[in-house]
Amino acid sequence: MTSAPTDDIMIQATGLTHFYGPQPAIDEVTFNVKRGEILGFLGPNGAGKTTTMRILTGYMPPTHGQVTIGGHDVIKDSLEVRKLVGYLPETVPLYTEMPVTNYLRYMGSLRGMNNRDLKRRIPDVIELCRLNDYSKTIIGKLSKGYRQRVGIAQAILHEPELLVMDEPTIGIDPIQVVETRRLIQDLGKQQTVVLSSHILPEVSMVCERVLIIHQGHIVAEDTPENLAQTLQGVDQLQVEISGPPKEVTTALRTIEGVIDVNHRNQPDREIYLIKSGEGLDLRDEISRVIVSNGWGLLSMQLMSMSLEDIFLRLTTDEDTQP
Amino acid sequence: MRTIKAVAWKEIQVFFTNPMAYIVALIFLGVTGFFFTLDLGDPFPEASLSNFYQGATIILVLLAPALTMRLLAEEQKLGTIELLLTSPVRDWEIILGKYVAALTFLIVMIALTAYYPLLLFWFAEPDPGPIYCGYIGLILYGSAALSIGILTSTLTSNQIISFVVAAGILLLMFFIDTRVDAVTGIWATLLSELGMRSHFNDFDRGVLDTKHVVYFLSVTAIFLFLSIRALESRRWR
Repeated sequence: MTSAPTDDIMIQATGLTHFYGPQPAIDEVTFNVKRGEILGFLGPNGAGKTTTMRILTGYMPPTHGQVTIGGHDVIKDSLEVRKLVGYLPETVPLYTEMPVTNYLRYMGSLRGMNNRDLKRRIPDVIELCRLNDYSKTIIGKLSKGYRQRVGIAQAILHEPELLVMDEPTIGIDPIQVVETRRLIQDLGKQQTVVLSSHILPEVSMVCERVLIIHQGHIVAEDTPENLAQTLQGVDQLQVEISGPPKEVTTALRTIEGVIDVNHRNQPDREIYLIKSGEGLDLRDEISRVIVSNGWGLLSMQLMSMSLEDIFLRLTTDEDTQP
Repeated sequence: MRTIKAVAWKEIQVFFTNPMAYIVALIFLGVTGFFFTLDLGDPFPEASLSNFYQGATIILVLLAPALTMRLLAEEQKLGTIELLLTSPVRDWEIILGKYVAALTFLIVMIALTAYYPLLLFWFAEPDPGPIYCGYIGLILYGSAALSIGILTSTLTSNQIISFVVAAGILLLMFFIDTRVDAVTGIWATLLSELGMRSHFNDFDRGVLDTKHVVYFLSVTAIFLFLSIRALESRRWR
């Protein structure tokens, strides 16, 4: 990807690598984000999401690689980049002894907002983040969910062009999660949003495009719908059969329509995962083959591939893959 | 400039709403008051602030680090440093803002001792020179002490470590010229020039020597510069 930065590209990240020790936290991560897009980073804990977010916001430099945001280099032009970005770190660090409004005023003035802007925007974000009843409360006395809202409020206060949110719904109750997601979707209508999450439905609900990151590598990149479709051509059956595994596997493979057979040896159980072409119901044929060979058919289950399965498929370790 | 003001104003608010700062001020007034009255038992007490200045410089070795220990260590502990460093604020603006806040509180605290000289002027006829000079010296000395505390606070997320290390450095710099006899040549010169107490003593005599002013301003500048560097290095660690 060596295309020149254009006006509609907000983030251009090339070959990002970051080492904390001998192991890279992220390795050669390359992606682009268009202006106005909502991009989700999906991956399990420790995949490198927070590292990527911290590099994007200029909190720390990558060991190798380059990022430009709005055409400005994150390292060389750090101050310009920081003006464009609103950031919600994962742990939502707040000054616990300050009241909400004072805190917002402080964060706003750090972002170079003058008094008039502050007077206009602070009531707006308090309304938007539904903090009305708590605007004078000391932050330390707020619950986790409300602290999260204060964190979001400070991130959007200065109307940044790019909003970076690291795990925006972690540790808050389900009703607040729904509200927060709706808020992010609303914000995404005017701003570019990059968020990270380890919750798949969240990303597929909120984001227009998903990057799946695992052990520091981007392993998939697509719209949530397309990611689902890449594996939708496949149905999966889980069958438990008593019989000699080798012969059973060979026999199952010969059935027309079967794409792949995986044998899983569990204590006292022989489980087979059978993949078949989409829409083909092979249950009749499979049971006939098993019975005619004199083996025992103990159970059979149709598994449809959900996004969660894709996620597990894409981001679990090699040796546990089906 | 606006961001320095924002950082300084926020820290000043914390100082004036935080019990810690009031405890520091209380101890400062208590200890310096004690030193101020040391002479009163004499049949012919001297109408000067010498004892007060001696006491103030000693107690500031402990109190200046107590004022500064929170300033950056807490940001690192809470993680708020992440938002601070990703805001469009330069590292030197952060350090300078924090320093201005600490210096403001220190000046207010020192100003609270103004009734000592007022008492002297009321009941006696003290020489005003040493009194004015002493106050200037005290603020310069305090400024240098605060900048040392800011450096140690930048280097750690643990406030106690920041306090202990800064107090240790200050105590060493305070008394280091007493060891001047143990060495010779350039080392002797170095030790005698480094000693904070010897630089302060001329102010107490009513001498406003540029050499001493430059000394305290240099110490302040060097330690603030090191603090900025230490803060910058956080990004690369």
